[in-house]
Amino acid sequence: MSETAQSPTAAPITAPAEVPAIRLRKLVKTFGDVNAVDGVDLDIRQGEFFSMLGPSGSGKTTVLRMIAGFELPSSGTIELDGADVSTKAPFERDVNTVFQDYALFPHMSLIDNVAYGLRVRGMGKNERRERAAQALERVQLGKFVARRPAQLSGGQRQRVALARALVVEPKVLLLDEPLGALDLKLRQQMQIELKELQRSLGITFIFVTHDQEEALTMSDRIGVFSNGRIAQTGSAHEIYRSPQTAFVANFVGTSNILTAGIGGTASGPGASFVVRPERLHLNWEATAHDAGHLTPGARVLAGRVTSAVYVGHATQVHVELDAGPTVIALVHGDVPDTDALKGHRVTVAWAEHDAVWLPDAA
Amino acid sequence: MSIQLSQPGAPGPLPGGGPAQSGAPARHGDVPRARTSALSGFLYRSPRARLAGLLTAPAGWLVLVYIAALAALLITALWSVDSFTGKVSQAWTLDNIKQAVLDPVYQGIALRTVWIAVLVTVIDAVVAIPLAFFIAKVATARWQRLLLAAVLMPLWASYLVKAYAWRNVLAEGGLLEWLGAPLGLNSPGYSETAVVLTLAYIWLPYMILPIHAGFEKVPDNLLEASGDLGAKPWATLRLVVMPLLVPSVIAGTIFTFSLTLGDYITAQIVGGKTQMLGTVVYSNVGAANNLPFASAISLIPIVIIMIYLLVVRRTGALDEL
Repeated sequence: MSETAQSPTAAPITAPAEVPAIRLRKLVKTFGDVNAVDGVDLDIRQGEFFSMLGPSGSGKTTVLRMIAGFELPSSGTIELDGADVSTKAPFERDVNTVFQDYALFPHMSLIDNVAYGLRVRGMGKNERRERAAQALERVQLGKFVARRPAQLSGGQRQRVALARALVVEPKVLLLDEPLGALDLKLRQQMQIELKELQRSLGITFIFVTHDQEEALTMSDRIGVFSNGRIAQTGSAHEIYRSPQTAFVANFVGTSNILTAGIGGTASGPGASFVVRPERLHLNWEATAHDAGHLTPGARVLAGRVTSAVYVGHATQVHVELDAGPTVIALVHGDVPDTDALKGHRVTVAWAEHDAVWLPDAA
Repeated sequence: MSIQLSQPGAPGPLPGGGPAQSGAPARHGDVPRARTSALSGFLYRSPRARLAGLLTAPAGWLVLVYIAALAALLITALWSVDSFTGKVSQAWTLDNIKQAVLDPVYQGIALRTVWIAVLVTVIDAVVAIPLAFFIAKVATARWQRLLLAAVLMPLWASYLVKAYAWRNVLAEGGLLEWLGAPLGLNSPGYSETAVVLTLAYIWLPYMILPIHAGFEKVPDNLLEASGDLGAKPWATLRLVVMPLLVPSVIAGTIFTFSLTLGDYITAQIVGGKTQMLGTVVYSNVGAANNLPFASAISLIPIVIIMIYLLVVRRTGALDEL
């Protein structure tokens, strides 16, 4: 579980022969007296879909901009394929970016936009136009080569930006919240397309997002950012199933964080633990006494329903425990009239193995 | 999966029974109601009345003062002056216009004026583009304000003061001669060059301001995207910045070009014997007392500017203004 990414002295994650696509060491970026990025160590593997997840202001975009070369680090190093590029200009780095608002050149047609990177590399007109046309074909925009960006919808612009960045065949593709401006359906569709594209190309993708669902569905690994540092790295499973800090537990999904020994439950290996709402079992009629039919490892607490929110596929029930805190339980299936539930006495129960102990005293 | 239920800072006691229990419904009368106005309501419902109210005064001004004055100018150019009595005769004649266009003296003056206007415009563009780039894209917010104020400051001073200041600078034993002496350069004295220098100075803000606005409109991330795709700064400038800047530069050149075409004061103050179209108009209105010929001459810059605008429009540069 412990990732080398968090300890600067550790050896590379995979076989020693493989150089990471991106290696960040003690990366710091200071704006005025604010440390936007405050000591980030991270190895991103070759061909990996890596997401940087965090709230706004957590430093994830600044890290991305430093990898692209738009910002120079205040200290620390950035290695691309083993070569130090910390002080190189953007045009000297084999890395390309898909910008949040696409940054398409408004005065150029789609094909000229996509061919731009080839043009400034000195490729002949016919060849670059041919390649650009192929790239546009690949993102299903082959019909629109002569259009201007202003004549496209958001999703189409997104694809042009993608084609433009990929046509120059970068080693690493950086994506800065590229789906943020799209509506939900289109976003979900683009998530799948992006993931498939990444698999077929085998290029390393670094994807910045504040949307935890997006990060969980698309990534091979996720780095959760908080206050300019990486709080945790791991696969979607590891991040969701075993958050290591209260911040990660709360930011990725909803969590009930309970202190050890609450309501007479046994204390565990830490000061507090996490139970996901979908792991809490709600018993409408029961009292704490007749919970015996649950598995032996079960913990049961009594409480009172304070509110119930219908969210479509389930109902979110807030229960104020007699022992103090309020927990959220997710109830699938039909729930009686949500308004009538308020004030209802219930018990909540969870299996011992569904409690994830937080290593730190959060 | 229930992950979209994320609730920042979730667990922990909810305040006072959760969101279901909202506060007591707001009582009416706490907040003053918006007052009604019959006139505003009427204008809201009738767009025509709204438009008429907005446009009558400025449109009247435009027709009366602007278009009528131009028409009067054109008509006057078709009259003549009785050389004996000095009175304007209202008989129609094309003689003034013919003379203005065909007389080699005036052809020379017209060409020189256009040449001066072109030089002033080119000098201003060459100075203004890097300056505006620095102000808009490089300088910090604080410096941006200071530099913009510095660009605008000369506009607060009188035109005459600036022209006479340059007269001093260009004078024999003046600042320019003193500066140029160690380098072996002479002051141009009062000449055509002096006119170009002075006018380039005076009209510079009119070039900087539109180009600065143009740079402001070029998003930083386009420059970043260009570099990201492998373009070196020079290629970015040539392929991304300049094409986007063309409308702004053209706006600037329209100012400097047309202002120079019509100028006569600077030519008189620092021009020595330099004659421009403006000085010809001036002397015909004043000393020669030949208003119809002055009108005919003043049609020349109008025609030149119209041709320039047409050419510019052809290139499509005005579409993006």
